[in-house]
Amino acid sequence: MRGEAYITGVGQSQIGQKLTRHPLLLTLDAVKEALADAGLTIGQIDGVGTYPGRSAGYLGFSPVGADEVIDALGIDARWRLGAMEISAQLGAVAAAADAVKNGHARHVICFRTVYEAAAMARPEEYPPLRREKVDGFSQWMAPFNAISAACWTAQYATRHMKRYGMTREQLAQIAINGRANAALNPRALVQKPLTMDEYMTSRMVSTPLCLHDCDRFTDASTVVIVSGGDAIDEVKATPIRIAASAGAVDRVSWDQVEWMASYRTGPDLWKKTDYKPKDVDTVQFYDGFSFLTITWLEGLGFCEVGEGGRFIEGGKRIAIDGELPLNTFGGQIGAGRLHGFGFAHEAVVQLRGQGGARQIPGDPRVAVAASGGGPLAAALLLTKD
Amino acid sequence: MPRPQPRLDPDNRFFWTGGADGKLRFLQCQDCQQFIHPPAPVCRHCLSENVEPAAVPGTAVVDSYTINHQAWYPGLEVPFVIARVAIDGAPGVYLTTNIINCPVDEVDIGDKVRVTFQQEGEIYLPLFEKVA
Repeated sequence: MRGEAYITGVGQSQIGQKLTRHPLLLTLDAVKEALADAGLTIGQIDGVGTYPGRSAGYLGFSPVGADEVIDALGIDARWRLGAMEISAQLGAVAAAADAVKNGHARHVICFRTVYEAAAMARPEEYPPLRREKVDGFSQWMAPFNAISAACWTAQYATRHMKRYGMTREQLAQIAINGRANAALNPRALVQKPLTMDEYMTSRMVSTPLCLHDCDRFTDASTVVIVSGGDAIDEVKATPIRIAASAGAVDRVSWDQVEWMASYRTGPDLWKKTDYKPKDVDTVQFYDGFSFLTITWLEGLGFCEVGEGGRFIEGGKRIAIDGELPLNTFGGQIGAGRLHGFGFAHEAVVQLRGQGGARQIPGDPRVAVAASGGGPLAAALLLTKD
Repeated sequence: MPRPQPRLDPDNRFFWTGGADGKLRFLQCQDCQQFIHPPAPVCRHCLSENVEPAAVPGTAVVDSYTINHQAWYPGLEVPFVIARVAIDGAPGVYLTTNIINCPVDEVDIGDKVRVTFQQEGEIYLPLFEKVA
């Protein structure tokens, strides 16, 4: 329908670690798969959007920008986006939706390419972030050896435990669920399920987050193609409508933020649609660190604030055959650190019934994909109409 | 490898060097009296440019914390406590810092702490220890 935006194709490269395939070619793999999925040709693409754009100071984080894809693939583009200063990773998809709704483009390739494991293995080719002298918001964290977002996220998780009684056994369900689902996803980075005992006895990273609460550096590319309603008749695949999107941005320095931006995203998302959380068949929520998924469950209104731990206790509710299947592809903890785009990819796979061994039962029609943590948040409400 | 150092600039120099005389300072708006952190040449509450560093008592309350076990770079000694503390006398201002001079498992939310500066060259890192 005119004035609407749809995800019309999804694609993904292999997901691995220390890959030697050029990151632009990993991107090409995902683009080709998404084009074939949608039934489009590269000549029909007239926009490219990504997050965060080429990251020159830390290439492993984002080795490929929109410019390079446009140039290397010979795309005749009218619209592009490659920005870190956007709501969050999936904000790039939301921005592409707005662009096609307003006629700035017809078919937009949205991609996220990560090369962090390869970069660690080949630092001379892909130099790591230099930390000897820090500025910007890093200066308020790194001098105290709060080097990783794990340390920043952990403090929110500590507060949740002390204030609301969340337990490690409850939190463990994010990783255990992700790893169980990853074992059903042939592309997932980690194929071995995780037991509660393995979780509880693994080493701590930054309390209460242990090793299994963290995703792993990954090399991969994920693509979703966003098309305008006026161009939808060119597409062969079942289009998935971006029924609503919402984002929130808080103060850049995490330590000045009382509540993660995910908590402001929920009310904004739901006021843009007649759908309610109870209508949602599956959720794909960011788990770069497990606790971030809890904030999304609470922030988007699937349970009360502070109830996230009890909501997932035992894991049955969020399993593939549960009432609210979560991160059915494995999440980032199981499938690899795809950095946000994996959640939108999987929501489309599930709504189309293409999940194979990990397909949720019934006829799912409504999904929510969300990414981000701390001051960054973006959510997409996706429907099969 | 030493811990990462802040790069001094016109906005942050007062903060990172202020410990030379033992004072913890934050920018305060001279018009609306609110405190501003991280430092910027404008008050985020009233858009006044009339902002000046002001000393606070140096005490704080632990808002949350984590015991870090991961050695993020070679030579980093673990475990240690990272905490977000609410600064007394500067409502709404928090600092990420380390709680030192006590066992790592003896820090809790609500603990009262006091600043103690650790000098590294020009920089005086505001670390905190528990108030007995």
